Amino acid sequence: MDRPHDPLLRLVGVGKKFGTVEVLRNVDLSIYPGEVHILAGENGAGKSTLVKIMAGVYSDYTGTMEVAGRQVRLSSPPEATAMGISVIYQELSLVSTMTVSDNIFLGLFLHRAGFVRNKAQCDATKRLLAKLGVQALPEQRVGDLPIATRHLIEIAKAMSRNAKVIIMDEPTSALNVQESEKLFALIRSLKSNGCGIIYISHKMEEIEQLADRITVLRDGMLIGSVSAAELPTPKLIHWMVGRPMEQQFSRRAPPTGKEVLRIERFCVAGPLRRHKPLVQEVALSIRQGEILGIAGLEGAGNSHLLSGLFGVYGRRATGRVWIEGKPVRIDRPVHAMQQGMALLTNDRKATGLILPMSIIANITLAKLRDFSTAGWRRTARETRAAHEIARALRVRANSLRMEVGKLSGGNQQKVALAKWMLLNPQLLLLDEPTRGVDVGAKREVYELMNQWTARGIAIILITSEMSELLAMSDRILVMHRGRITAEFSGSRATPQAIVNAAMAPPVEKEIPS
Amino acid sequence: MNQTTPRSNTPAPAGGPSKSDSPSGAVVVENPHEGGRRVGALLHWMGTPVARAMAALLLVLVLGTIFNANGSFFKIATQRDTLREVSDYGILACGMTLVIITGGIDLSVGSVLALVGVCFSIMSIHWGWSAWIVIPFSLLIGAAVGAFSGGLVAWFGIQPFIATLAMMVFARGLAEYISGNMEVSTAMANPDGTYHYVPVPAIFQSINSSVLGGYLAVVTVILMFCAAVAWLILSRHRWGRYLFAIGGNEEAARLSGVPVVGAKIGAYMASGLFAAVAGICQAAQEQQGDPRAGIGSELTAIAIVVIGGTSLMGGRGGMGLTLLGMLTIGYMEKILSLNAVPDAGRLMLTGVIIVTAVLAQRRRE
Ligand SMILES: Nc1ncnc2c1ncn2[C@@H]1O[C@H](COP(=O)(O)OP(=O)(O)OP(=O)(O)O)[C@@H](O)[C@H]1O
Ligand SMILES: [Mg+2]
Repeated sequence: MDRPHDPLLRLVGVGKKFGTVEVLRNVDLSIYPGEVHILAGENGAGKSTLVKIMAGVYSDYTGTMEVAGRQVRLSSPPEATAMGISVIYQELSLVSTMTVSDNIFLGLFLHRAGFVRNKAQCDATKRLLAKLGVQALPEQRVGDLPIATRHLIEIAKAMSRNAKVIIMDEPTSALNVQESEKLFALIRSLKSNGCGIIYISHKMEEIEQLADRITVLRDGMLIGSVSAAELPTPKLIHWMVGRPMEQQFSRRAPPTGKEVLRIERFCVAGPLRRHKPLVQEVALSIRQGEILGIAGLEGAGNSHLLSGLFGVYGRRATGRVWIEGKPVRIDRPVHAMQQGMALLTNDRKATGLILPMSIIANITLAKLRDFSTAGWRRTARETRAAHEIARALRVRANSLRMEVGKLSGGNQQKVALAKWMLLNPQLLLLDEPTRGVDVGAKREVYELMNQWTARGIAIILITSEMSELLAMSDRILVMHRGRITAEFSGSRATPQAIVNAAMAPPVEKEIPS
Repeated sequence: MNQTTPRSNTPAPAGGPSKSDSPSGAVVVENPHEGGRRVGALLHWMGTPVARAMAALLLVLVLGTIFNANGSFFKIATQRDTLREVSDYGILACGMTLVIITGGIDLSVGSVLALVGVCFSIMSIHWGWSAWIVIPFSLLIGAAVGAFSGGLVAWFGIQPFIATLAMMVFARGLAEYISGNMEVSTAMANPDGTYHYVPVPAIFQSINSSVLGGYLAVVTVILMFCAAVAWLILSRHRWGRYLFAIGGNEEAARLSGVPVVGAKIGAYMASGLFAAVAGICQAAQEQQGDPRAGIGSELTAIAIVVIGGTSLMGGRGGMGLTLLGMLTIGYMEKILSLNAVPDAGRLMLTGVIIVTAVLAQRRRE
């Protein structure tokens, strides 16, 4: 190879087992300065496991690791930090009860004689956040911030460590286009400073945009490691899934049926009286077989709208709601479920899954009443139903009795989706349904959405991926600061028009319903 | 299916250096039997909480065979007494397991035990009521107290530690008030200050006896029944699944339609109910209702649950683990007393052993 530098980090013949299950086998990987190295592979291929080996989280692996030519065996994350390796984990690793600045300096507090220099930390945090364009104050509690902001803070934390190797495990899974662009600009400047970056993503556009070099894993094995020019997207997908596959996907909109849901003057108040309302005066309606996309930047209130509809905010949500023409009042999630609604939330770890429970228990949780007679669970029926739906969604696990927390990120997402599919809802509220899901399974989810709508199910879809929004929505609403500011029919919408409506709403005028 | 999902399984990539020959992208939903991997599977099993709880128990039993106090450790009567002495704690631990799995804790069980013991004794000794009335009444008192703590936790959102600490103090006070701060026994005061004795009620005697030719105490049978009930709830009933879900992630459980408030109140109510059962057993064995009974027994019950390997964070654990924890504590206490270890040493050793057992339980990651 004609490389002017030695690798910053090199893995040779790395393998890793969990119990009897081998999840990595003989993997080699080299990271050079000034390059973005994409790590690609399906859900469960072993990418995050490899990241955790480099980050010092797992030390019981086989094979060797070299940092700047020196062989090392890291046994804890702080050691990795000291070696100049910094990681943005796939699952958020922030302490939600601590402030933004405390999280960023966690473990490396600025101090004088043991006393934390809070002022200095806050100032440094403010500068860092400004550079990334994060809308948060250093004194805010992380738990109070929206999920995209939390991801940005996780990124800021990794950036603050002045690392030589920066590993990013699906950093943009919760970010919208603008936020991602800021991250990419930052990545370019890190590159020109000679950092090496490992980047994991299931978004093909990002890979095309960033890649210098691509390594593909499949079933824990190295498929190949080549320069980006040699691996155009179709071929990359072929390597990942092991068969050629079209990336394009088409929505087959069935003829729409009768109205499933109509809301008028729907508002969601903030947690305290003095807070701004999260959703204001929203009116919309959706018919059987329709997919209604709702776009908006962070803070636009589209996620709050779905949660409010589902009864998550109790009486803080006001307004008139009709389901199949009948006026209803929904104060609690159970009520919404009785009305045939299902909500897939956008944060699987915090609000979607019970991580210490098994896959089966998670999948059947919302439907447990139907799987029990007089309260006693019918285990066989439960297992059968869970197997069926898990197979349809291609959940990849050694056994469905495995704890959900031990699944790969994308497979966790599929389990969360499976739980709601089992309920057989009339109205499906999907907030980022394909977050962290690999290309193959994404197509599978889209295909399922086509099938569901063909059966008369109505879907409201929120997604930060523009291509997904445009491909799957029959109609698109755009929200800004809690209000609906524009409506497009699916065929008429363009990315530019949507972004414009989301950023600079037309003069404050009510959209007549 | 249709034109949009090409399912043709073309072989491995032509240009790509493929190391896998199988048409991948397939789903391994279940790996049914891993034939030649018995050893690996065994090693894996050794890491499970059940295996670790068994290891702790085994260690204690080995200690027992070494320090066997001239063979008295091996006597059947010793086994019976060990089980009998730990039964009350085991019954408390059944309810405690349910509560701890929801991520809570119940500090009030020792006081509830005393309160119910006092009420049970007054009703059966002083008032001479039949056991058919007294027992349901006593159980009702325990369940009501538990439901009240549960309401404080689930409805008003008070921290379980605080809510049940308050209930622990309150119930103890109530027990002292009802009993006039004296043991309720068969010795009845006459107006002139002397005492006369009334006969011990039949129900006291039957609870304080043994079955199977004297080899199994009745309280142990009651414990086994309680454990079976708790086991059925946790592993076969919908409500048990809800308890795990609440302990694992309360918000996600609520969003999945789990009746969080009801399920939680139920857990504390069950804990109060089991505490009432323990109170009845305790009073019957002592042949009196003691308002100072069971002080500190909530801590023993918690220790049993935790040594078994149920997580104090909630969401993980089970009744089988609790039974193993109970045997560990029971045998440990027995071995120490058989070897006449003085009380001070016994307490210190107990502390050390609890920490050791919990360290051994800790999951490595
Ligand atoms: N603690 C664990 N115990 C057992 N198995 C585990 C554990 N952690 C991960 N695994 C398994 O290892 C495999 C690889 O997981 P990993 O998280 O590395 O996948 P990934 O490539 O990051 O997938 P994704 O794209 O979905 O994030 C999965 O099959 C997963 O179930
Ligand atoms: Mg991953």
